[in-house]
Amino acid sequence: MTAELGAFALILALALSALQAGLSIFGRVRGDATLRGAGEGAALAAFVAVVIAFAALMTAFVASDFSVANVVANSNTDQPLFYRITATWGSHEGSMLLWNLALTGFGACVVLYGRGLPTGLKSVAVATQGTLGLLFLGYTVFASNPFVRIPTAPLEGQSLNPILQDPFMAIHPPILYSGYVGFSVVFSFAVAALVEGRVDAAWARWVRPWALAAWSLLTVGITLGSFWAYYELGWGGWWFWDPVENASFMPWLIGTALLHSAIVTEKRGALTGWTVFLALAAFSFSMLGAFLVRSGVLTSVHAFAVDPRRGAILLFILGLAAGAAFGLFAWRAPKLTPGGLFAPISREGALVLNNLFLAAATACVMLGTLYPLIVQAVTGEAISVGAPYFALTFGPLMVACLIILPAGPLLAWKRGDLLGALQRLWVAAALAVAAGLLTYLLIAPRKIVPILVMTIGFWLIAGSAAELAGRINLGALSRGDGGQVWRRLKGLPRGQWGMTLAHIGLGVFVLGAACELSWRTETAQSLVAGQSMRAGAYTLTLQGLNTVDGPNFSADQATLIATPDHGVPFILRPERRFYPAQRQTTSKVAIERRGATDVYVVLGDERPASGGQPAWLVRVFINPWARLIFAGPLLMALGGAISLSDRRIRLAAGRRAPSGVLTAAE
Amino acid sequence: MVVAAAAPTLALSVGLSLYAMGDTAVYFYSPSQALEKHVPSGRLVRLGGLVETGSVVKRPDGTVLFGVTDRKASDKVVFKGDLPDLFREGQGVVTEGEFQPDGVFEARQVLAKHDERYMPKEVADALKKSGQWRGPATVAAALPAGAEAKETGAR
Repeated sequence: MTAELGAFALILALALSALQAGLSIFGRVRGDATLRGAGEGAALAAFVAVVIAFAALMTAFVASDFSVANVVANSNTDQPLFYRITATWGSHEGSMLLWNLALTGFGACVVLYGRGLPTGLKSVAVATQGTLGLLFLGYTVFASNPFVRIPTAPLEGQSLNPILQDPFMAIHPPILYSGYVGFSVVFSFAVAALVEGRVDAAWARWVRPWALAAWSLLTVGITLGSFWAYYELGWGGWWFWDPVENASFMPWLIGTALLHSAIVTEKRGALTGWTVFLALAAFSFSMLGAFLVRSGVLTSVHAFAVDPRRGAILLFILGLAAGAAFGLFAWRAPKLTPGGLFAPISREGALVLNNLFLAAATACVMLGTLYPLIVQAVTGEAISVGAPYFALTFGPLMVACLIILPAGPLLAWKRGDLLGALQRLWVAAALAVAAGLLTYLLIAPRKIVPILVMTIGFWLIAGSAAELAGRINLGALSRGDGGQVWRRLKGLPRGQWGMTLAHIGLGVFVLGAACELSWRTETAQSLVAGQSMRAGAYTLTLQGLNTVDGPNFSADQATLIATPDHGVPFILRPERRFYPAQRQTTSKVAIERRGATDVYVVLGDERPASGGQPAWLVRVFINPWARLIFAGPLLMALGGAISLSDRRIRLAAGRRAPSGVLTAAE
Repeated sequence: MVVAAAAPTLALSVGLSLYAMGDTAVYFYSPSQALEKHVPSGRLVRLGGLVETGSVVKRPDGTVLFGVTDRKASDKVVFKGDLPDLFREGQGVVTEGEFQPDGVFEARQVLAKHDERYMPKEVADALKKSGQWRGPATVAAALPAGAEAKETGAR
């Protein structure tokens, strides 16, 4: 029954999306407020219908309704309730339904929070959002329907892939998808601006909060995914330059560029065409990501819910939506009014440089990701492109981008004073170099390149702090006037705080990444109970193994006592879990955090030992400063959220800007 | 103006990327392809096929020996490290490493999917090419709708 209700609601949502697109366009052409309103109503109703469909699927999973094919393939009665719920989006069909939920949800948000928008712009944006809904809901209904029944219901299902049965993996897809699909709003606004033929400061002010929200969600989503890969896969790594990872990284890079160029458009009315281009590109990369992840055209370590046949349809949708949008861009963009002029050395100039680096970095990542496909098509040879390529291309571009970053916010609009900016940064530069030297002396073995990269990390943090100090005019305050400093810091706009925090977060990430990648140690040894091994500054002794039973698995659990050279011993309990439903074994890593450093232990397979006793392969990773890798991006996302809470930005999203701009745009 | 500045920058980055690609791309071979192409020893490549039944030897020092075959040719692989959870005899596997002068493939990394129904795409393609394909029953593409597949690796 619920499955029928869900299927019906899904088809209803498809029809409502068609209405949303059609009515909004008619309303715009005829200038009819009733039609426009009906289009907006359809957008809200489409969202409600998808919510009902989603709830129906979730109910089927919770109730283990094995007459639904999707439930059979991904759930099982032994699975705990939490993972029966999250199995809703664990499959191809379910994840596309989640995508539609986000898409129609953002469509409804445009209607609800866009009250102050010029009616023409809003109608076209709602219509575009409806068209996207039509494409993706159409795909879900006709090619990827999660409510398909099977004639004879089996007694038991096949279970969700065990490595997805994890709290982080459960919340990773919804957040990641919200980020991906959040860019659809920006896309729709860009299409609307092109149709209406007007891109100005007000438009950028409307777009920026959506871009910020999508970017922050995407940042959190990618970080969760990376953290999951780090502790669940048991390889000790956190980023593998895998196609699926790159698929989420490309919209993030373009989204980052968009955030920065939209500031220029908002404050100075410049870079209009470029900002629109990025707005279209961000969601196009999201769609490319969905295609790459779901089609399985690329060999990936994270390829979930792959289906090549349906991948072709996704490619078609991507081609249609992106093709039409960029066609519109090529036609209309030359007519956009160029904005204010600026000198090369200026805030605008620095942001343009940032954008060039980010765009070039995106191009490198895209080429590295798609190259194996191209080679396969041309020569038939199978190749893979891995970390060395990205280190060689993406690395230098980012290093250059990060070195210039702290100077940007110190330059004035229109015409900046580079010498003055650098003078204000010399303390930060000296601090960064000193910290780099100190690290060089403290960390063994000594390596030059990572130390330089870490110095850049320190430079980002110190430079951002210096800029903040400049804002409150710290130098002019008398010593010991803490209250005054605090008052001035509190008086700063939240947008300022958001930017500083995001840049510091980037520095924190760079520190963690450089440190972890360069000084991670891996030690593997077969241990018989009672034997010890050395790993870094730790001695690990295998006490023994025992069997533990989980709700839907049984595990061999090892007990290891780790004794640091200085400090108190602690216990680590890595497991090897066996899930009978899928006859699958997974590793459960044991991680002990010491400051920002992780002691990371994986229990391997059983090996015959010389004495006839069973031995177990134990792998120990010491990952220095690994936690900074995840803390940094979370700080960046927090910065995004704080900027979003800035009253100036929120008002701009909801209220009318000065009337002169609006009457012109009507 | 920005687009004018962006175009050459992007072209430059793409050019440099292609240059970098020449040195860093890793080629995939099945055992018979590797034989045919005379892959020189010491070059980083991927070798994939089926794990030969009865070939897996786990030594006490932590190294593992196994054979990889595409049913026309086979190679001996030596690997020191933890095998993926779903490494099994008779199933698809992709290894990354180098051929030694004596012809033994020394793997740095062994990839195998976290799914017993899985067959790596390259392995399936290679088997099809060599005419040793035994039907789609083992391919990822033939999985029931929504089935999950997962690769894992060990270094």
